[in-house]
Amino acid sequence: MPSVSMKVNGKQVSAEVEPRTLLVSFLRENLRLTGTHVGCDTSQCGSCVVHVNGKSVKACSMLAIQANDTEVTTIEGLAVNGELHPMQAAFREHHGLQCGFCTPGMVMSAVDLLQENPKPSETEIRDWLEGNICRCTGYQNIVKAIQAAADEMGG
Amino acid sequence: MPDSGVGSSVRRREDQRFLTGVGKYVDDINRADQVWAVFVRSPHAHAVVKSIDSTAAVAAPGVVAIFTGADMAADSVGSLPCGWTVVDRHGNPHKGPPHFPLVRDKVRYVGDHVAVVIAETRQQAQDAAELVEVDYEDLAPVVNPAGALSNDAPQLHEEAPGNLCFDWELGDQAAVDDAISNASHVATLKLVNNRLIPNAMEPRSALAEYEPGTGNYILHSTSQNPHLLRLILCAFVLGLPEHKVRVIAPDVGGGFGSKIYCYAEETVCTWAAKKVGRPIKWTADRSESFLADAHGRDHVTEVKLALDANGKFTALKVDTIANMGAYLSNFASCVPTYLYATLLAGQYTTPVIYANVKAVFTNTAPVDAYRGAGRPEATYLLERIVEVAARETGIDPAELRMRNFIPPDAFPYATPVALTYDTGNYGIAMDKALEMIDYKGFAERKRQSAAKGKLRGIGFSAYIEACGIAPSAVVGSLGAGVGLWESAQVRFNATGSVSVFTGSHSHGQGHETTFAQLTAEKLGIPYENIEIVHGDTGSIPMGMGTYGSRSLAVGGSAIIRACDKVIEKGRKIAAHLMEASVEDVEFDGGQYKVAGTDKSKTIAEIAFTAYVPHNYPEDVEPGLDETAFYDPLNFTYPAGTHIAEVEIDPETGVTEIVDWVAVDDFGKVINPMIVEGQVHGGVAQGVGQALLEGCVYDPETGQLLTGSYMDYCMPRADNLPLLKVATTETACTHNPLGVKGCGEAGAIAAPAALMNAITNALGCEIDMPATPEKVWRAAQARGAQAAE
Ligand code: FES
Ligand code: FES
Repeated sequence: MPSVSMKVNGKQVSAEVEPRTLLVSFLRENLRLTGTHVGCDTSQCGSCVVHVNGKSVKACSMLAIQANDTEVTTIEGLAVNGELHPMQAAFREHHGLQCGFCTPGMVMSAVDLLQENPKPSETEIRDWLEGNICRCTGYQNIVKAIQAAADEMGG
Repeated sequence: MPDSGVGSSVRRREDQRFLTGVGKYVDDINRADQVWAVFVRSPHAHAVVKSIDSTAAVAAPGVVAIFTGADMAADSVGSLPCGWTVVDRHGNPHKGPPHFPLVRDKVRYVGDHVAVVIAETRQQAQDAAELVEVDYEDLAPVVNPAGALSNDAPQLHEEAPGNLCFDWELGDQAAVDDAISNASHVATLKLVNNRLIPNAMEPRSALAEYEPGTGNYILHSTSQNPHLLRLILCAFVLGLPEHKVRVIAPDVGGGFGSKIYCYAEETVCTWAAKKVGRPIKWTADRSESFLADAHGRDHVTEVKLALDANGKFTALKVDTIANMGAYLSNFASCVPTYLYATLLAGQYTTPVIYANVKAVFTNTAPVDAYRGAGRPEATYLLERIVEVAARETGIDPAELRMRNFIPPDAFPYATPVALTYDTGNYGIAMDKALEMIDYKGFAERKRQSAAKGKLRGIGFSAYIEACGIAPSAVVGSLGAGVGLWESAQVRFNATGSVSVFTGSHSHGQGHETTFAQLTAEKLGIPYENIEIVHGDTGSIPMGMGTYGSRSLAVGGSAIIRACDKVIEKGRKIAAHLMEASVEDVEFDGGQYKVAGTDKSKTIAEIAFTAYVPHNYPEDVEPGLDETAFYDPLNFTYPAGTHIAEVEIDPETGVTEIVDWVAVDDFGKVINPMIVEGQVHGGVAQGVGQALLEGCVYDPETGQLLTGSYMDYCMPRADNLPLLKVATTETACTHNPLGVKGCGEAGAIAAPAALMNAITNALGCEIDMPATPEKVWRAAQARGAQAAE
């Protein structure tokens, strides 16, 4: 079995995996980082979004071995010293989550959006979220949260 | 008012764990020696299973066991029950053919459960499942419910001749026919309430364990309803005593009804856990969710509304064929009957109503309650036909509704379809909604759209909902197999914190916050000192779970009752400590006071005394820990008006929602932020139904054509508008909180509002989902007509 090694949330990890192992399975099953969720099997829902080398990626559409030698950030790695990231705080403040299942993926996508476009319009936010499904919130409060985080982060 | 009090938008305490990725959903929980289950599912809609050969699969790497229906039959495992017996118009109970967790003779829909493969890893189980050889003899399928009733239709079950599950009626047919023949106008409409797939984002999952030392089972399940799941598993399927089974529903990623039921998968895993002697994990992938979660809606209806010369409704007649799918799911039978036809009065004074419902078996996944359950179907047809009547009589649609609203002084109001609404004021919600959307300005906006070549439409939905299904005696007399109370235990800990154990279950509704707000205010103690415990039959006395927007009205009321008991017991202890008579001790804001003196004790001090009873009244037991069961006196009746405004591009058929107002009466509101979020989510699902979503089976083969997110169109962020949300308030008169429930309102109101707006713009009727293609065709036909 091939071995993979990567830096996940700042920590170097390595393991032997079956070649077909997806990055999301590696994170959830090998590393027990269960914040990254699996909501579909067609790469449509965005529950599994993580950052690979700083860019958002659907962790169900990438093999673990493809992530060899990369830096991966998952939702568990976003808060620093117990302080919520401004995006996490904004989701909480604006009730951008209900069941919380889509939330890690939403937050990771949203953080990447602000890296690309620090001051997105409502339409740009809605377009960016095309790859993430939330069945609970109707998106309104997610959009509000992202706008607020953009303000907070000085975009 | 303290920041955490009732009526304030406290930020949710559950968010911390969800936002940092440390929530615990079932699939996140693992056992060291667990094995994985994968189901062999039927690729055919209808076929006889002639033989199953597992030889190759058993030999595959990692395989631990393979079981079929024959193995379960050998263990006398029962069938998954339907918990509500509907009695048909001739006095006969509905047809409830057996529904075995693994099929015994025939498969009846694509995705039906043929066998289970258990292996060391999920991948190994998947690989082996492909090696199970099943010899099928194909039978002709039928997926269309009207077709299933035809004489030459294939038969699904011996027990249900003609595929008819029941033929049921409610109301006075003769009076309705009479009123229709005497009406000055009769509006008629045929419509389809499209089948939906619930699509909670977390797929269903189960982790089943058996402890040989105790003989106990532990099942972690994505359930909205852990006690009921335990009851069904024990009493109806596995034949186990309930104290031997503990069901835990931890964090659950949405449900919308689809996670109320006892399904084949968790049943098989629980049974098999003992057989293989290891914990068994099963998690659906999304394709399985599409195939085998209980679907929703799926009605075909013909409706007639009679009006007199003044536009007053004189009668309503409804004929519905409801698709039950291949088997009856746990509550399937009550959805198109008692949760549907009883709501057909809506907000109106229609004096006579008659509904006939034929429920039919087809080769499709079982259908059961989905967000709103029956009530969205009722509102949809009623609000669509009212709109047709408005168009045909030339009466303004808002005005026509206003003319027929039950007036505020007519409550309590007994409808002709079995319900008595306790309270409401429909006119003020409509007025507010008209103002918020600037109804007066609509004509001008329509002109401006027309100038750009666009079609603009406005649509109304004055909906009613019946939440917190109740009371137990009444639902029992109508065929329910369960009581519909809720329980709560309120336990002071010795140092003054409080643990509340509730039978309601939260899967996104934020109970840990709302229920703590409620308890804090009632007991007069800090919000931070309260924990809410739910979702575990091992720690909660009893429960009925969460569905039908019952949590606050029924579950919250149970908490209040348990708090009342705690306060009463504390009063005796306080009286003893302050050397006063019990009658003289008042409780207010967390303090026991002796009337007319300055003596007082906090409830936390009393709690301490209850656990350290050194100086204590003789006839009082130690401890401050009370349980209450609350059985509501009636449903609650949230209601309101939603108005949608759309602009359609006739060249592309694309509908843009340009404005949306929602004015809802939910009674008292505990946490406005959470309530608003519920409205948003409900509307999104309603918009999904109206514009995008529709479950499609191939009529020839019975294959599910919308089996993934590539084919089943889920609402995404750019499909939804910003909603303008407001509330009015008439407090529920019969629960101690005055609350009504809010979770389903949006899903009930939205489809009619949106379809009325679209048909208003098009000037003709179309069915949901109003996809661009359908809208384009209608717009083109209309253009052609105009050109002629
Ligand atoms: S799980 Fe990756 S997109 Fe759905
Ligand atoms: S919060 Fe439940 S799916 Fe988004």
